[in-house]
Amino acid sequence: MNNKSIVIDGKNVPFEDGQTIMQAATAAGIYIPHLCHNPDFTPHGSCKLCTVKVNGRNCSACTFPASEGQNITNVTKELNDDREKITQMLFVEGNHFCPSCEKTGNCNLQAVAYHLGMTDNHFPHFFENREVDASHPDVMIDHNRCIFCTLCVRASQQEDGKNVFAISGRGIEKRLIVNSESGLLKDSDLDVNDCAAHICPTGAILIKRTGYKVPIGQRIFDHAHIDTVTLANEGASHDE
Amino acid sequence: MTNKKVKVATVSLAGCFGCHMSFLDLDERLVELVEHVEFDRSPLTDIEHCSSDCDIGLIEGGVCNSENVHVLREFRKNCKILVAVGACAINGGLPAMRNHISLEDCLNEAYRDGIGVENAQIPNDVELPLLLDKVHPLHEVVKIDYFLPGCPPSADVFWKFLTDLLAGREPSLNYELVHFD
Repeated sequence: MNNKSIVIDGKNVPFEDGQTIMQAATAAGIYIPHLCHNPDFTPHGSCKLCTVKVNGRNCSACTFPASEGQNITNVTKELNDDREKITQMLFVEGNHFCPSCEKTGNCNLQAVAYHLGMTDNHFPHFFENREVDASHPDVMIDHNRCIFCTLCVRASQQEDGKNVFAISGRGIEKRLIVNSESGLLKDSDLDVNDCAAHICPTGAILIKRTGYKVPIGQRIFDHAHIDTVTLANEGASHDE
Repeated sequence: MTNKKVKVATVSLAGCFGCHMSFLDLDERLVELVEHVEFDRSPLTDIEHCSSDCDIGLIEGGVCNSENVHVLREFRKNCKILVAVGACAINGGLPAMRNHISLEDCLNEAYRDGIGVENAQIPNDVELPLLLDKVHPLHEVVKIDYFLPGCPPSADVFWKFLTDLLAGREPSLNYELVHFD
């Protein structure tokens, strides 16, 4: 044990060398909103929802190393307003029609929006034309719902020992691509039991024929807040 | 404090009337509600145009044709508080799923090439409002003051929202009342 600590919203939080702010916070039972972060994989730092103020400067908590002397703010109106705007931008950039999505109620994007008190999308919608790849017998990709968090990319490489997914293009041209001759999921080596098939925080990658096994109204975030759910899941996996 | 009733107008634009049906799920609470509000333009009254002094406008559905735009503007002009009710009003919802198909293809599929279509022709009567190229959420056309998410929002959402407003409180929905589905 050591006595090193950082301060998050006025509370002393112990950390060990090498830990990120996110890891220290989660271990201490403090929720920092995030979408692209998952403690099982290398942090990506792209969704920016976990932005906190470290000694007055904005930093991504999932990538920023904890170190002595950090005074961090996490739950402030300013930061949560920024997080809400980021979430609204994700909603208008893709096509997120929750009532017709199998993932509704189990969706982290939706749950983060609930957490932030978001009731509208604020910005004009892109209504971008995005494809659905239903070629694989057991798994489908609905690109309308992809938020480019790269969790499937990382899970395929780091957990499954494969290389099924990648992000191609930049900015508004960015899209999820599949590593196969035809570009279709059916010709890739993705298996339904792969971690990458189950890691998607939204409804972009779905397992076929399972979507309504749990009825709407009885799903994870229908009654439980994402902060409680996340700390229970990610706190535990971090302590392993 | 006068006992003047609060004027509420409602309309369904590119919606399915599901939000209105959910509103009617207030059931016996409607009796208490009409002690405090009177309905102006609404499918419930069949009044065709908003009075100029409406307090609250509840709009279901997005904007899919020229008439929707006119009606929405009429509501904005005449209602002090304008509320987007339900998923379609907030993000276009199910009707907006036509947005990635060209309008020409939509019309051809429905009225010309579809299975079982007889006397195939694209409806073109002058009485018919012209379809917009895309379906839009309300906030892209006029300023919206409040949003009630849900498909549909439950009767409890309407009740909490309206009773908050009637009591002079800033409306707030707790976690259980906010659903995008």
